[in-house]
Amino acid sequence: MRMKAFGLALALLALIVICPLPGGAVLPDEVLDDPLLEARARELSREIRCLVCQNESIDSSNAELARDLRILVRERLTAGDSDQQVLDYLVARYGDYVLLRPPVKPATYLLWFGPALLLLLGGAVVVLYFRPGRDLAVATAAPLSDHERGQLEALLEESEPQHTPDGEPPS
Amino acid sequence: MAEAMTSKRALYLLPALIFAVIAGYFVWGLNPARDPSQVPSALIEKPVPAFDLGPLEGTGKPGLKTADLSDGQVTLVNFFASWCLPCRAEHPLLMGLAEDQRVRLVAINYKDEAANAAQWLSSLGDPYARIGVDRSGRTAIDWGVSGVPETFVIDGEGRIRYQHIGPIHPSQLEDTILPLIESLAR
Repeated sequence: MRMKAFGLALALLALIVICPLPGGAVLPDEVLDDPLLEARARELSREIRCLVCQNESIDSSNAELARDLRILVRERLTAGDSDQQVLDYLVARYGDYVLLRPPVKPATYLLWFGPALLLLLGGAVVVLYFRPGRDLAVATAAPLSDHERGQLEALLEESEPQHTPDGEPPS
Repeated sequence: MAEAMTSKRALYLLPALIFAVIAGYFVWGLNPARDPSQVPSALIEKPVPAFDLGPLEGTGKPGLKTADLSDGQVTLVNFFASWCLPCRAEHPLLMGLAEDQRVRLVAINYKDEAANAAQWLSSLGDPYARIGVDRSGRTAIDWGVSGVPETFVIDGEGRIRYQHIGPIHPSQLEDTILPLIESLAR
């Protein structure tokens, strides 16, 4: 019986750990009556940066300003604004910085296309390096002359009896 | 062949070049004078947003509205609150600025209790010609304000020329704000 209760508690704990509730900072008095509009507000709030905590969206931040902006977003949606109009309204006041997803425009081309550019560059280097018919240094080295070969063999002969392959001196 | 050799040699410079670019980025990023939390302003060169705020009770000063800021005089608009500690730190500097004939100093009182704000001004001194009360913080949002204190320089035509976030340091006043006021007042 006690084992069963323990098991149940453990299962509950696991449930809490693996499925956290969508953790927003939205307070009950902010929530709109229209569930469709509220869903849009939540979606939109996740795209908007809280300017006090800077790396949190207004949906997850409990800063005072974030609350004001959440209410503002809901007011504008209720007034019939489209999602884009709400974002434009905020960008006009706080700049692109208020958007957590930076817009694609000339100033951000490097940000958006930089990784692809680096991949292309790296790919080009790899292709050039391994292209067929490329003369690798090893292949172009001149073969040993007869004299050099003789010297090499003499040296090998000289050193061979002194060591076994594992480095121990022969007994 | 000789051409191929020189292009190959140039390739050896590539790692050094990449290093220079990355090192340059680090120097920029680690520069102690750079404040990474500084938010770039979106309102520079834009006209002051439309607003009309009532006066702060107990001070006898008039309120503040958009039309007050486009009468030909250069204005400093300071957002403050009595609960804001950096505002207190900035206050003596604003008291000094109130003496400056080239600029008019006005305020927007942000999310404050009127009694607290009035008491704050009577004990520390009131440098403002006008004070508008923004109880809800909605006007502050229209100004792109993210916290107090913030200070704006407005030219005679009512356009925003400069936004300062946080308390004004005397060196920032000397190096940036006063020269700007000087050039706008002419």
